[in-house]
Amino acid sequence: MFVELNNLLNTTPDRAEQGKLTLLCDAKTDGSFLVHHFLSFYLKANCKVCFVALFQSFSHYNIVGQKLGVNLTVARERGQLVFLEGLKSAVDVFFQTQEEPHPLQFLREANAGNLKPLFEFVREALKPVDGGEARWTYPVLLVDDLSVLLSLGVCWELKGNMVILVHDSGDVEDEENDILLNGVSHQSHLILRAEGLATGFCRDVHGQLRILWRRPSQPTAQRDQSLTYQYKIQDKSVSFFAKGMSPAVL
Amino acid sequence: VTLSEGARAGTGRELGMLDSLLSLGGLVLLRDSVEWEGRSLLKALIKKSALCGEQVHILGCEVSEEEFREGFDSDINNRLVYHDFFRDPLNWSKTEEALPGGPLGALRAICKRTDPGPVTIALDSLSWLLLHLPCTTLCQALHAVSHQDSCPGDSSPVGKVSVLGLLHEELHGPGPVGALSSLAQTEVTLGGTKGQASAHILCRRPRQRPTDQTQWFSILPDFSLDLQEGPSVESQPCSDPHIPPVSKNARARTRKCSLGSGQRGEHKSCRGWGWGQGF
Repeated sequence: MFVELNNLLNTTPDRAEQGKLTLLCDAKTDGSFLVHHFLSFYLKANCKVCFVALFQSFSHYNIVGQKLGVNLTVARERGQLVFLEGLKSAVDVFFQTQEEPHPLQFLREANAGNLKPLFEFVREALKPVDGGEARWTYPVLLVDDLSVLLSLGVCWELKGNMVILVHDSGDVEDEENDILLNGVSHQSHLILRAEGLATGFCRDVHGQLRILWRRPSQPTAQRDQSLTYQYKIQDKSVSFFAKGMSPAVL
Repeated sequence: VTLSEGARAGTGRELGMLDSLLSLGGLVLLRDSVEWEGRSLLKALIKKSALCGEQVHILGCEVSEEEFREGFDSDINNRLVYHDFFRDPLNWSKTEEALPGGPLGALRAICKRTDPGPVTIALDSLSWLLLHLPCTTLCQALHAVSHQDSCPGDSSPVGKVSVLGLLHEELHGPGPVGALSSLAQTEVTLGGTKGQASAHILCRRPRQRPTDQTQWFSILPDFSLDLQEGPSVESQPCSDPHIPPVSKNARARTRKCSLGSGQRGEHKSCRGWGWGQGF
C-alpha cells in the first residue's frame, strides 16, 4: 500500500471504516495503481477479500502486490483471499461444459438474471465462517474493473467494504458507461479520480488525483471534503504533492 | 432551523423559502449531483416534518435503513416508517418476503391510509425509480399521490401530502427530468461554491407567478438546517416558468434509458462529475 495515499485519506489498516463504497475512476490515464493500493491495504488490515479481477491475470497482481508487501499466493492459500480470475475463467465458460452455474456465465448470455451466479459466488466468498474465532476483521469486495460488467448487484448485509474501478470513457461517448460511472458515483462514500494532465505526458508528474468524500454519517457544518493532488508513480511507491509542487520543478 | 448571524439580516419571507418547502404540499424535487449531494437536505426536511407531527414514509432504494436512520435521535426515528427496497432489489437472497407490489405498490398503500392527517413521503431516490420503472408510469403515480389532498366523493378530505423526491441529475436526460419538473410544485437544485452549499429554489404557488431564490445553507450534525448569508439572497419572479433550472453538468440532449429495458439508449447521456466546472 502507499503510505502517502493513506495520509491523504487519513486512514490506516488498523482504523479503516467499515460499510463503505470507494469508487476508483480514471480518465485519460491508468488508475490501476489505486487497485493495487487497496488490495494490499485490505490484506494488511486482515480483511477477508474477494477480488473479482477481470482486467489482469493473477500473476500480474501478485507481482505488483509483492512490491507492496503482500503475497497473494499465500493469502489465497490461507483463505484470506478469494480470487476470481476473469481472464482465465472466461475461457472455461466458453470452452468447457459447466455442471454448475459459473460466476461468469453471463458472458455467454445477455441476460441480467445470469449475474446471479456471480452474486452468489461473491456472497459465498465473503460470508462469515460459522463457529470458532473469526480470523478476519471484515469482508471486502474488490472489482477491477466494473466497466467490464455493465450492471452488478451486491447485497451489503455483511457490513463489508467495496472498492470498484470504473473507467471514465472520456471523449469516447459510451452512455452505458456514463450511467454506470454516475450511478456508482452517487452510491460512493469516497471517490478517487485519477486524471491525466491536460498538458499531456510529463516524466515527473504522471497525473493528478482528485479525492471526494461523500455521504458522511453526520453532516459537517463546513464542507471541506475534496482535495486535489498531483502524483508520480515510482517502482514501489507513489508520491503525492500539491499542484505545481513537484520536486522536479522546485 | 437556525440562522447564522449574517442571514438574520434578510426578510423572514425570503429566508423562509428553504424552511417552508413542505408547506405547499405536492411534489418537491431535490436535484443533486455527485459533488453536491442532496440526501442530507432530504433528511433535514424529513426531520422537520417529523417534528411537526406528520406521518413520514420513506421509500428507501439506495441506502440501507440503518444508514438512513443514522444521525436521527430516537424521537425522530420512531416517527419514520421505512419501506426497504435497498436490501435485495432483485430478490436473489429470498431470505425475506419481498414487499408486495414494489415501490409503486408501497406508494399506493400509503395513499390508502385511513388517518386523515398530513403525510410526507420521501423517495430515496427518484432516480432509482426512474431507472427501474417506465417514466410515464412513475409520473402517473407521482401525480396521483401528490394531488391526493381531496378524494372525490369522500366527505372527509385526506390531509396534505408532500412528496420529497431526490433526483441525481447526471443520471437522466432532459426528457425525464423535464417530465418530473412539470409535476413538481417546488424544485430545489443543489449547488455551491468554495465549500458552501446553496439551494436554488423554484416555487410554483397556485394562482401566483413562480418565484425563484438562491439560499445558502448548511446542515448541522443533528440534521437541522442552518441558513446562511451568501452572495445573493433575493426573491424574484421567474421569467419563464416552463423552463426548469438546468444543472451546469447537464447537456441538452434527449435520452431514453432504463435498466429494466435492456436496451441501449438512443442518445447520449449527461456527463457528470469531473467534466463540469465544479471541483
